[in-house]
Amino acid sequence: MDQLSIIWQGLPSLLSGTLVTLNLTFYFLALGFILGIILALGRVYGPSYVKILIILPFERFFRAVPELVLLFLFYFGSSFFHINISAFIAAVLAMGFRSAAYQAQIFRGAILSIGEDQMKAARSLGMNTLQSIRFVILPQALRLSIPSWANEYAVVLKDSSLAYAVGVTELLRQGRYIVARTFGNALLVYTVCALIYFILVFAGNQVLKHLEEKYKIPGYEFKQRREQSVLERI
Amino acid sequence: MPEVILKVENLYKSYGELTVLNGISFQVRQGETTVIIGTSGTGKSTLLTCINLITPPDKGRIWLEEIEITDPKTDINLVRSSIGMVFQHFNLFTHLTVLDNVRLGLTVVKKIPKDRATAISIEKLNLVGLADKLNSYPAQLSGGQQQRVSIARALAMDPKLILFDEPTSALDPELIGEVLNVMVKLAESGMTMVVVSHEMGFARAVANDIIFMENGIIVEEGDPETMFHHSRNPRTQEFLHKITELYGGRPK
Amino acid sequence: MSFLELTWNILPKLLEGTAITIELTLIAITIGILMGIPVALGRVYGNKSIYTICTFFVEIIRGTPLLTQLFILYFGLPSIGIMLSPFKAALIGMGINSAAYQAEYFRGAIQSVKEEQLIAAYSLGMRQGQAIRYIVLPQMFRLVIPSWSNELIYLLKYSSMAYMIQAPEIMSQGRLIASRNFRTFEVFIVVALIYLVLVLVLSKLLDLMERRFSIPGL
Repeated sequence: MDQLSIIWQGLPSLLSGTLVTLNLTFYFLALGFILGIILALGRVYGPSYVKILIILPFERFFRAVPELVLLFLFYFGSSFFHINISAFIAAVLAMGFRSAAYQAQIFRGAILSIGEDQMKAARSLGMNTLQSIRFVILPQALRLSIPSWANEYAVVLKDSSLAYAVGVTELLRQGRYIVARTFGNALLVYTVCALIYFILVFAGNQVLKHLEEKYKIPGYEFKQRREQSVLERI
Repeated sequence: MPEVILKVENLYKSYGELTVLNGISFQVRQGETTVIIGTSGTGKSTLLTCINLITPPDKGRIWLEEIEITDPKTDINLVRSSIGMVFQHFNLFTHLTVLDNVRLGLTVVKKIPKDRATAISIEKLNLVGLADKLNSYPAQLSGGQQQRVSIARALAMDPKLILFDEPTSALDPELIGEVLNVMVKLAESGMTMVVVSHEMGFARAVANDIIFMENGIIVEEGDPETMFHHSRNPRTQEFLHKITELYGGRPK
Repeated sequence: MSFLELTWNILPKLLEGTAITIELTLIAITIGILMGIPVALGRVYGNKSIYTICTFFVEIIRGTPLLTQLFILYFGLPSIGIMLSPFKAALIGMGINSAAYQAEYFRGAIQSVKEEQLIAAYSLGMRQGQAIRYIVLPQMFRLVIPSWSNELIYLLKYSSMAYMIQAPEIMSQGRLIASRNFRTFEVFIVVALIYLVLVLVLSKLLDLMERRFSIPGL
């Protein structure tokens, strides 16, 4: 079989793997987004015992332990605790929590760089904390987060390839199956996989750039603040 | 005499070792303008943010008309919605247009229907001369224009009084006039105002009452005539002498 | 066997793996620096074709997963007759990957060295090469330190992917132990703790270093 027809015949399974990859990415980001906002708000506005006992340890752990180890912990941990979840769900939890820890940092940085003046103005109009966050802080924080969020999208999409290790049939595993079926051609097949990832990263970044442009506040330039400690930055 | 709108009694505030307010008492009557003066770092701005509890005071009591603001049972958000505040750095919501900046408090806090809120907002923006900038964003406006929007934002809430925290000190000199003009117009229309400012011309022309603060206490209080010409306190005399030299008695 | 006993028993093997993990990380970041600087210079000062090649390299590497890159090196290259050991494949893969990211950090740092600095250098009669050597690069190195310490921690974490091509680092050791004692979850708890300690200690060290090398007043 020549190389072109290997790819041609393998294309349907590569595309179904791509769908799984996109699915994974979506769930990682969604879980990370929701949890990340909660963590960030908790860290900025919450009581200090919540910060010290829950949020910081959570963030530290999920930022310091490699993705692959997290994946194994959730995958093998579920059977250790006799909880029956699929490899897909284990991956979503592991990487979703990891992404939450990162997104929390993105949102927190954004909230802090908006500064207290905006909050003061909102409160002086008689808004309560929740209203101030909902109408004044978050709309600005989310806009400010788009560039870092684009980066997180690329990271999460690429890290979804790790789900391969626990047997989720995402793009890379579909590639592996084709290599096994056709006895070789690893260079070709994996290069095609890489190309698909590249297209996905590129396309996603274009969409996010478009969003950033669309939601840009005319005339306004945010000053991004920089974290001083390495742990808060990675 | 008009009735008392704001009464502050024995207010204390410290940050750690630093005492910023050391027993402040004064009152403001309906329709009057009180100007608070004093050197930087003497607690004037803290005093203002204490009045609407944005900065919670350590001790002391504050009344707005007959409601005690400092009573923990008072709904502070309700009180704040009837005390306007204008900030030194404007604090306009950067992600909202001029119209939305003025309208947000009306729809979110006062739950006024959008049509009605829009009408009120446009009316107030008209008052400060910015009805043609409805769809601009704050960053597209000059400092003077931004400050006028923020006055309109405070006005729209139909406040019982407005607090001004050094409203002109972040502005380029040529933009100060347009903001002061709006404030003079407001005072003439009978709005009750408490203004922290270095604008002695404004104080002389508009204030019913001038309060001179230093080191967290009120050194002297009186009408402009007394304060500028018949002050008995050497500290007041010295301060007024220096500040007039520095800023001049800018005519309104 | 309690968890503590288990930990005590498997720790020596895991620490052997940890040594390989650290070795991988350090060599890879060095490759990354050595390749990253020329790529960054190529993107800022290079002519059109050099710029295009460097940009292409950076975008392709950053746009694809490290795991795919490792698969291409380890499983793919043999199809054209290049056989690499797992360790070498991991080193090359991580090094190239890091080079692309570091090139971006260096480029950012070079571009944030102010234009006036170069003008000042030219006004002293320096040539472009001299200006880069004496003015831009020293400032770049200091500016790049924060991103560079992030990269070190990323690499330490990403070195776990070398497990997927059987390089004998800490994860592989863990998997090997687990295949004998069937206590996979607990073994990986220990692995996670080792990474946790490594990352926490490393980031503290990097904090200290950053303070040491920061330009006063900048």
